[in-house]
Amino acid sequence: MAELFVYGIILGSIISLGAIGLTLVYGIVRLANFAHGDLMTAGAYIALFMVTGLFSWVGIPDTPFGPFSFGWRMIVAFPFSMLAVACVAILLDRILYRKLRMKGSGSVMLAMSSLGAAFIIRMLILILWGADSLFYRPGVLEQAVELPLGIRIMPDEILILLIVFVLVVVLHLFLQNSKMGKAMRATADNHQLALVSGIDTERIIIWTWGIGAALAAAGGILYGIDVQLNPYMGWDFLLPLFAAAILGTIGSMYGALVGGLILGVVQQLSTAFLMPTYKPAVAFIIMILILLIRPKGIFGGSSR
Amino acid sequence: MDFGGLAAYLVSLAIMAGIYAVFCMGLNIQWGYTGLFNIGIAGFFCIGAYTSALITLPEPTGLYAQYVQQIFGLNLPFIFGLLGAAVTSGLIAFLIGIPTLRLHEDYLAIATLGIAETIRLIFNNEKHLANGPQGLMGMPQPLQSLVNPENYNYIYLIIVAMIMVAIYFLIERSIRSPWGRVLRAIRDDEVSAAMSGKNIFHFKMQSLIFGSMVMGVGGALYAHYTKAISPDVFTPLYGTFLMWVMLMAGGSGNNKGAILGAYVIWGIWIGTSFVTNLIPAFLQARAPYIRFLLIGVLLEVILIYRPQGLLGEEKKISRMGD
Repeated sequence: MAELFVYGIILGSIISLGAIGLTLVYGIVRLANFAHGDLMTAGAYIALFMVTGLFSWVGIPDTPFGPFSFGWRMIVAFPFSMLAVACVAILLDRILYRKLRMKGSGSVMLAMSSLGAAFIIRMLILILWGADSLFYRPGVLEQAVELPLGIRIMPDEILILLIVFVLVVVLHLFLQNSKMGKAMRATADNHQLALVSGIDTERIIIWTWGIGAALAAAGGILYGIDVQLNPYMGWDFLLPLFAAAILGTIGSMYGALVGGLILGVVQQLSTAFLMPTYKPAVAFIIMILILLIRPKGIFGGSSR
Repeated sequence: MDFGGLAAYLVSLAIMAGIYAVFCMGLNIQWGYTGLFNIGIAGFFCIGAYTSALITLPEPTGLYAQYVQQIFGLNLPFIFGLLGAAVTSGLIAFLIGIPTLRLHEDYLAIATLGIAETIRLIFNNEKHLANGPQGLMGMPQPLQSLVNPENYNYIYLIIVAMIMVAIYFLIERSIRSPWGRVLRAIRDDEVSAAMSGKNIFHFKMQSLIFGSMVMGVGGALYAHYTKAISPDVFTPLYGTFLMWVMLMAGGSGNNKGAILGAYVIWGIWIGTSFVTNLIPAFLQARAPYIRFLLIGVLLEVILIYRPQGLLGEEKKISRMGD
C-alpha cells in the first residue's frame, strides 16, 4: 500500500503538470481543451525525435547521466521539446481557435475544434511513428533505490518529482511576481474587468497557451521516461486531467496541483482492487462524484 | 465490369451510411436542437449494439459455451433487440444527465467522453458479461430466411431505410411541437427560456435521453448488420468523431442535413481508401491514419468556413402554421 501510494504521487505529479495547463487554458482562454492530452503525447514524441534522430545527426553524444536511464541528449531535448510544443499550441490558437473567437463562435465550437486538433495531432504521430509502444532508451535497466517501509523506487522517479517541484515553483513565482503573471490571474478572475483595465487579452492568451503546452510537454516526456511512449497515452490522460482540474476548481493552478496528486494516488491505489486498465474509469468515477457533491471543486466558493 | 459486385458494394455502402445517419439524427436532437455537447456517442453505440446482441442471441450451450461467455441470451426476435437497445441507452443517458445537465455544457462533454471509455473498458475486461475482447458473433438477421444469404443485404438495406425514415418523421414531428420549440429556445437563450417558466433541466434531460435512444437503435442496427461486435469497434474515432464530422458537414439543426452529411462523409471516407491505395507501399499500414487526418482537417475547415454545414438549419414553425 505504501509503495502504491508513492507510485501514486509520481503518477499524480505528472497528471498535475497536465492539469495545471488545462485549468489555466480553461480559466483564461475559456476553452475546454480536448487536445491537452495529445499535447503531452506531442511533447514526448518530439523529445524522442531529438534523442534518437536529430541529436545523433548533429553529433551530440548520448553519454549516460548519473544513475538515470537517460543520457545527456535528454537533458538538452527536455527544454527544447517544451518550447516546440508551446509553439504548436500557439500555432493552433492562431490558425483555429483565434479565428473562431473572432467570429464569435460559442465555447462549444471551440471545444469541438480542439477535439479535431487532438485527432490531427494523434494521427500525425501515428503516421510518423506507428502504433507500437516505444522507449527513449530500450533495454536500459536501472538500479532501484530502497526506501524505508520496503518501498522500491527508480532514480528516474525521484528526479521526476524534483523536476515537477521545480516547474511548479517557477510557475508560482511567475504568476505571483511578474507583470504577465498578474495579468493572467486577473484575466482568469474576471475577463471583462481585465479588458477594461487595458490588459491585452490576446497577448495573455498566447502566454497561457505557451505555458500550458510547455507543462503538458514536460508531463508527457516524464511519463515517457517513467513508463513508455504510446500514441494514445495523452488521450488516456485526458479524463484524469479533467477530473483533477474540476476537483481543484477550474482556473486554479494550486487546485489542479492538489487535484492531480489526489487523482494519481487514487488511481494507483485502485490497482490493488481493480485491473490497472480500469484507471481511466476510476478517474471518471471520481469526476462524477465531484460533480454530484461539489461541482465547483475543493477550492471553489459556494457561489460565483 | 462486374455490375453485380458493384451493386453489392453500393448496397453495403448505403447500409453503413444509413446506420450512421441514424446516429447523426440522434446527435442532432441533442446538439442541433438543444445544444447538448455529447462526445461519447461511442458509449451509446456500444451499449446499444451489445444489448441487442444479448437479447437476440441464444444462451451458448455445449462446447460453444466453453469459448463464449454471455451474461444472458434471450433468443428473442430482432424487434426486441432494437427496443432493448433504445431502453438501455436511454437509461445510461439519464444517469449521465443527473450530475451534468445543471452545469456548464462542457461538463456534459467530459462526462460523456468518460462514460464511453468506461463502457468500453467494462466490456473489454468483464469477460463473463459479453465475452470480453473477443466479443459476440452471429447475431440473427431479421427476415433471413426470405432470400439467399448473398442477397440478404438488399433486405437489410430496406430495413435500415425504413427505420431511418421512421426516426426522421418522429423527430420532425416532435421538433415542430411545442416541446421542440422549448428545446430550441433553450439552445438559443437558456436564461430567457427559464424565465418563461420552462424547467431547463427536465427538457435537456428529455432531449439527451431521446437522442441517446436513437443512438442505441443505431448500435443495434450495426450489430445485426456486421454480425460481429467487439469492444475495439467502439473507439472515439469510429464511434464518435465520424458522427460529429457528418452532422457538422450536413448541417446541425437539420435532419435532412444529418442524413445528407452521413452519406457524403461516409462516401468521402470510403473514397479516401481508394486514394490511399496510391501511396507508397511502406506507408500502406498507416493509410487509415492518413484518412483520419484528412477527416480531422475537414472538420476544422467546416468549423471555420462553413459552421452551418451544407444545408444549414431549417426554419421550423408549428405544423399549424404551414
